[in-house]
Amino acid sequence: MTNPSADDARPATAGRASARDSDQAMQAPQTQPVHAPAAVDPVSAQDANGSDGADGSQLLLRLVGVGKNFGPVRALTDIDLDIPVGQVTAIVGDNGAGKSTLIKTISGIWHQDHGEMFWQDRPVHLHTPKDATDLGIATVYQDLALCDNLDIVANMFLGQEPVRHFQLDEISMEKTAKQTLADLSVVTVRSVRQPVGSLSGGQRQAVAVAKAVMRQAKLVILDEPTAALGVTQTRVVLDLIRRLKSQNIAVIVISHNLIDVMSVADRVAVLRLGRLVAVGPKSQFDAESIVDLMTMGTTRRLVGQPAEPSRPAGQSSGSSSEH
Amino acid sequence: MSTEVEEPPSEATDTDEVASETAAVAAPDVLADSLGEYAKLWLARVRSGDSGFLPVLLGLVAIVIYFQARSSLFLSAGNLVNLMTQAAWIVLLGMAEVWVLLLGEIDLSIGYTSAIGATFTCWLLVPPHPWPWPIAVLVGLAVPAIFGGLEGLIITRLRLPSFVVTLAGQLLAIGLLLEVMDFAAPGSGGTIRLYNNVLSDIEGGAMSPLAGWIVMAVSVALAGTTFIVRDRRRRASNLAAPPASVTALKIVMMAIAGVVVVLIGNTNRGVAVAVRGVPWVVPLILVIVVAYSFLLGRTRSGRYFYAIGGNAEAARRAGINLSRIRVAAFALAGLTAGIMGIVYASYLGSVSTNVPGGQNVLLAVAAAVIGGVSLFGGRGKMLGAVLGGVVVAVIYNGLELLGLGAAPQYMWTAAVLLAAVIVDATARRGRSTA
Repeated sequence: MTNPSADDARPATAGRASARDSDQAMQAPQTQPVHAPAAVDPVSAQDANGSDGADGSQLLLRLVGVGKNFGPVRALTDIDLDIPVGQVTAIVGDNGAGKSTLIKTISGIWHQDHGEMFWQDRPVHLHTPKDATDLGIATVYQDLALCDNLDIVANMFLGQEPVRHFQLDEISMEKTAKQTLADLSVVTVRSVRQPVGSLSGGQRQAVAVAKAVMRQAKLVILDEPTAALGVTQTRVVLDLIRRLKSQNIAVIVISHNLIDVMSVADRVAVLRLGRLVAVGPKSQFDAESIVDLMTMGTTRRLVGQPAEPSRPAGQSSGSSSEH
Repeated sequence: MSTEVEEPPSEATDTDEVASETAAVAAPDVLADSLGEYAKLWLARVRSGDSGFLPVLLGLVAIVIYFQARSSLFLSAGNLVNLMTQAAWIVLLGMAEVWVLLLGEIDLSIGYTSAIGATFTCWLLVPPHPWPWPIAVLVGLAVPAIFGGLEGLIITRLRLPSFVVTLAGQLLAIGLLLEVMDFAAPGSGGTIRLYNNVLSDIEGGAMSPLAGWIVMAVSVALAGTTFIVRDRRRRASNLAAPPASVTALKIVMMAIAGVVVVLIGNTNRGVAVAVRGVPWVVPLILVIVVAYSFLLGRTRSGRYFYAIGGNAEAARRAGINLSRIRVAAFALAGLTAGIMGIVYASYLGSVSTNVPGGQNVLLAVAAAVIGGVSLFGGRGKMLGAVLGGVVVAVIYNGLELLGLGAAPQYMWTAAVLLAAVIVDATARRGRSTA
């Protein structure tokens, strides 16, 4: 996932990317040249509302014109994205659409080449993952980064263990860990002292999320949280996301699974070829329109009220057809 | 384009079933309410592959019974004390190896770096102008520790496999050993005697019988108090604690082990004159095991050893300085090897360039693995090296007692090591598929 050229796929490189990734080969229309958006350009939906979220809630993070290049390859182009407090923003897109690049930029692994980021209306520059963590951005990657040989408590506190009398303060760690898991209604683990290797997929995800929440994260980014899970475990994780939201934490979910997206997201952002082709409240989308947007960049089917017409469509189409 | 939505390809790998089995692998300490339930949970855990010290203890009992059946001298006080002094250096080298094995690394050089350290120590103590022995000991510990630290630096900076770097380190150490010996004791045939009585007494001397009892009683009392206080603090904080009966049982078993060791040591093993007492090396190893176990089990750095061994990438993302811990591991392995070198010199009464360092280091790895330390990193305890080292020593001692030569000694050790690795690998597979 750190391979930049697999992450972006500008039209010129689409053939190479699809050879690399069999999933992408199934998406034949992707290799067609980008054409101007037809009926609606949903990108404009968010800009109409200024610096507030779609429903007027407080903004936590704001990306303005963010772009990222890897050499000559433009992985992200001109991304404008608002992340409001207490809402779940789903980022969807085909393989190579730039989802990973986008979350890595937000979580400080890569610094953007263009554009600006605003955290609670203050401009911020995230050069290292620690910069992002210090702000309160926690990223839960697909591989979860847990030590199977350590117990739940040890994993949740890894790298930040409290020390008392030159010893690990196991009692305060265990209490905090239990409380955090209880707040997230994670009740299925029998003991917080069992090794993480013995947990189910959903429980592992819960531990990884609890770790983020315990560290006072204001924004939790989940990368494909349900990808490896069965039906029951997926439900556990989706409930967990709703509970994060109810604690007024902003959540970004990267997912391929549109059923999950539609069930848990408040807002949807569709990426295609490194460009944001649509952003808006979930009510504006259905699974079919999202697939259209992911694969073709446009859709004729927008449900709910259509996006407010604001920005001239030409601005977006002009930039998307360069190169 | 159709309306079909791509499903994540890995949907099929459902992990729901695992949840129902989690109790089987959790530590029984924090789940059980009574002694009976503890035993049940513990059995479940053993069956699931995480057997702890059970295989090594069972193996030890079997080997001891075999040797006792073949030679009635095996369980005599004299031989058992002999066994303690033989086991001591294997145990120490095994503990040295644990530091690096926990990270999934290996150190092949410590068999010879320990000899270099011991050479310095013995050299500084040669009359007529011996240095104070604590300084000689410090030098003997510092040299292998620095050697190990440098190996660790090369391994982390250049990202080289520890196997190759420490193999080069072993060859370098053999050469350095010859050089140092040549410089320290030219024309001595490559041997320096250990002239200091304090250091000779580590393996050769013994505590007085009364001192043995006092040390044992104090140790058990301290450990027992620690357990009880810890349980009480956990209960006071509304956290699960082991049932009182389980803690009591642990303390009683510790006391029994202590009494047995002291009784063996205090039995007269002399022929003409009475010789009694537990060898000094026993309390020395006890102190080292407790100190190392504390470092590994109760401190942040210790936890990071396990974290890096379990998932280095997770540790890195948690902000842990991997290089620092890795270099520390090799330095600690060197330091422990330095202790072993001095104990080995105390055992032999001298230090020599003929030390079988390559064989010793492999025995040390064998001891650690037999004691349940995983070769794959992240799992194992210092106490495991003690138990494993005792198993190796029992094999050597027993076969020697039977008058058998080197051939069966090697073959037996090979069989036990192979069995231990199989247990290790099976347990690992059992966990990853659980």
